[in-house]
Amino acid sequence: MSNLVDFRTCPTTGLRVDKSAENLIKANAVAAVVFLSIGGLFGLLVALTRWPAVHFLPADWFYLALTAHGLDVLLVWIIFFEMAVLYFASAILLNSRLAGPRWAWTGFGLMLAGALITNVAVLRGQSSVMFTSYVPMQAEPAFYLGIILFAVGALIGCFVFFGTLVIAKQARTYEGSIPLVTFGALTAAIIAVFTIASGAIILIPTLLWSVGLVSHIDPLVYKTIWWAMGHSSQQINVSAHVAVWYAIAAMVFGAKPLSEKVSRMAFLMYILFLQLASAHHMLVEPGFSPEWKIFNTSYAMYLAVLGSMIHGMTVPGSIEAAQRARGLTKGMFEWLRKAPWGNPAFAGMFMSLVFFGFIGGISGVVMGTEQINLIMHNTLYVPGHFHGTVVAGTTLAFMAITYLLVPLIFRRELMMKKLASWQPYVFGIGVAGISLFMMGAGTLGVSRRHWDMTFADAQLPFDYPSAAYLMMGLNGIFAVLAAIGGLMFIVIVVGSVFFGRRLGQDEKPEYPEVPPQSAAVGHYGSSETLRIPGTVFLVGIFFVAFVLYYFVNWKYLSEVWPLS
Amino acid sequence: MTETSDSEEAVSPDPSGQDSIPLMQRVLDNPFLLLVLGIAVPAVFYIIWGIIEITQIPIAD
Ligand code: HEM
Ligand SMILES: [Cu+2]
Repeated sequence: MSNLVDFRTCPTTGLRVDKSAENLIKANAVAAVVFLSIGGLFGLLVALTRWPAVHFLPADWFYLALTAHGLDVLLVWIIFFEMAVLYFASAILLNSRLAGPRWAWTGFGLMLAGALITNVAVLRGQSSVMFTSYVPMQAEPAFYLGIILFAVGALIGCFVFFGTLVIAKQARTYEGSIPLVTFGALTAAIIAVFTIASGAIILIPTLLWSVGLVSHIDPLVYKTIWWAMGHSSQQINVSAHVAVWYAIAAMVFGAKPLSEKVSRMAFLMYILFLQLASAHHMLVEPGFSPEWKIFNTSYAMYLAVLGSMIHGMTVPGSIEAAQRARGLTKGMFEWLRKAPWGNPAFAGMFMSLVFFGFIGGISGVVMGTEQINLIMHNTLYVPGHFHGTVVAGTTLAFMAITYLLVPLIFRRELMMKKLASWQPYVFGIGVAGISLFMMGAGTLGVSRRHWDMTFADAQLPFDYPSAAYLMMGLNGIFAVLAAIGGLMFIVIVVGSVFFGRRLGQDEKPEYPEVPPQSAAVGHYGSSETLRIPGTVFLVGIFFVAFVLYYFVNWKYLSEVWPLS
Repeated sequence: MTETSDSEEAVSPDPSGQDSIPLMQRVLDNPFLLLVLGIAVPAVFYIIWGIIEITQIPIAD
């Protein structure tokens, strides 16, 4: 086999690139972007409907659009892109051939077929069960079948990744330990295996139930195991986008992690503990003991959060160290002020880091606390939180690295450079807005997944405070901004991939600039410095915000439940 | 592996240098061990413990 493998050498990083891995990265990334555009459009429709002054879709279409939105962005866009990340972090970064490209293509085919089948089922209108598909709500069999096929395809992709690790180790294509970015991808792949296994355990019986072969699925068991999949899949995202942060820091600045050991221990925290936090979805279920809830969502989860906080410090810290080594040592922040803010790969990555920490991270810990969870469970606070994690965090990070993949993997010059330099800001600010305003509305009690917040034809009238209406209007405006940012991304990337100028064989891309030190992305090695005063200061701000916000929510709780 | 090449080799009784690799590094360098851990921990604490609690909910009559 191996003598048939076709390699080229990357003129920028010197890495050997297996052409079949490269083609798989392209196919998965293109499929991802196509579904992002479909899912993003549904997201805009949902947000326009929740904008009280617009109230765009009728009720049945609202729930259909919400189902399609959740599926296409959360599952399809993200997981297709993660397959591209896995192939990149294994074959490309390890200088190796990809294990079983045929298998990888089979996986891709299954994922594509599954995504199409589920989308058709949703669009037919009989499967508006939201992507969580809680039983006893029942969708058409094709809905579950499509998701199962998609998951099997993704599982094959994970095995191809593991196989490639084995091949590279045997062929000694790298020295010492695998690079940190590959280790982050490994973390994602491990969590993915658990995620997909849980999905199989629960969705296969549910499929059989929908065709009438199984008579009953217990709703609580369903919900428990479904979230072993649903929550863990978010942890695939976190691991993958943290790996992407390290990759961008290395490729744009030649940054080395401050300490390989510390960063790897932080990923190990993810592997061991992150998935336990699935229990935060069950915090209001009376059937579980407080021990189970609190162990899984607090003690264990704080260790995983510790992992995230370590990455949140070491990623900017490694950039600061690299910038200071280059002579940008004035004051606390010269390294940051003189960072390439016009490079969309950097700008997107840095905003992803900040928003993920400040918006998604803090709100996640607040909601994961059993007591204060009660004031926002199932309100719009929840979508507010996870648009901070999975959109401002993961999606923005994936967009950012796409700006590097276009020249390095697709070998096309990036088109519309001016527009590209604006795109992360437009999308990032739009998404930060929808996250914050949905959180605001949720704090005022507005429920999620709800078509009519005025309760126009309800038997018992109910009014939300007028501030809640303001929040939803602002949410609508920022949703339009986010949608424009998403559209800019799609136009730039699709345009460049299909119509951009082809780069010559030895040509190095000019924009975004990728310096020769970027080869650091494929090596083990720490910068071994702790002279990062700017980062330490930023982390200090983060902690203050965290603590204040945490206690504000306890205060809210005390107001919900007056004891005097 | 690279770390152990020169200075430490003299101390290490094992010529392959295997012994001198710290335990934690050996754990982190073993993807399949990590895979097993990453499945076993949530399977036990979240799924199995959780399902046991569900089965102990009394059934209404
Ligand atoms: C233009 C960008 C986007 C806009 C305007 C948007 C807006 C919204 C809105 C308004 C909701 C509905 C909240 C509710 O009524 O319960 C929602 C739900 C959701 N969004 Fe987005 N979103 C966008 C992008 C994304 C992306 C990129 C992802 C994932 C990567 C995502 C994941 C989700 C999920 C999982 C839900 C929950 C669906 C459910 O409750 O079943 N969104 N979004
Ligand atoms: Cu969760």
